[in-house]
Amino acid sequence: MTIFLYIIFGIIAGVFGGLGMGGGTLLIPLLTIFLNLDQKLCQGINLISFLVMALFSLLIHYKNNYIETKNIYLIILSGLVFSGLGALLANFIPSNALRMAFGVFLCVLSIFEVGKAFKKN
Amino acid sequence: MKTNIKRQSETLVASDSGKLEKKNKMKGKTKLFLMLSGAVIGFLNGFFGGGGGMVCVPILEKVLHLDNKKAHATAIAVIFPLSLVSAFIYVFNGYVKSFPLLTVGLGVVAGGILGSFALKFLPPKAIRIIFAIIMFAGGIKLIL
Repeated sequence: MTIFLYIIFGIIAGVFGGLGMGGGTLLIPLLTIFLNLDQKLCQGINLISFLVMALFSLLIHYKNNYIETKNIYLIILSGLVFSGLGALLANFIPSNALRMAFGVFLCVLSIFEVGKAFKKN
Repeated sequence: MKTNIKRQSETLVASDSGKLEKKNKMKGKTKLFLMLSGAVIGFLNGFFGGGGGMVCVPILEKVLHLDNKKAHATAIAVIFPLSLVSAFIYVFNGYVKSFPLLTVGLGVVAGGILGSFALKFLPPKAIRIIFAIIMFAGGIKLIL
């Protein structure tokens, strides 16, 4: 039964991930809340599945001319350094604390998303 | 007919030079802002193992003036190299198990391909708001 849940949660999160709408922000809470997996384990799983998924996704988006590479190197350069630092720091934070922090992050993100949706009207 | 063509070429030239000006106008401040955003996006993506893309989309829209769909697709291109770095560290620290990874990963890849094709019909506002509400509920559940 859990196998099916794993696959179904993966598919749901994957759809949003492929849309660039935050697959991880959906996958991580699904796995921790409903399947009781460890927060950091879920984060690791999300990162790796995202990488494989993104290979296909980027190919499709590239063919559809949706990818604009101009100037994004500025975001990527500093991002590379800080994503390493963030991952290293996460290793020293207990999973429970990280889980709560992630909860706060989700709440803040969702408030911004709703604000953005109403602003465009 | 002739004047029509002339007008068209004039507007083409005008829009081209407008674009050029915009390109050259990329100021140091904007560059700095992009790099700072990169630091925040990178840190969040590494620390939380995801979610950097959601922060990246509005920045691509507002600072680089990408339209909604391009911003969503390009965010994946930005997050990819960052996730590569953090994934390496998560694997090194042992935060991976083969069984959930293979099953969840299979789902994510299948769903991701579906979602990528679906970008052409980007979800309407209502779905985005529902998505945000679910995210908020999930966040509260994680905090408690």
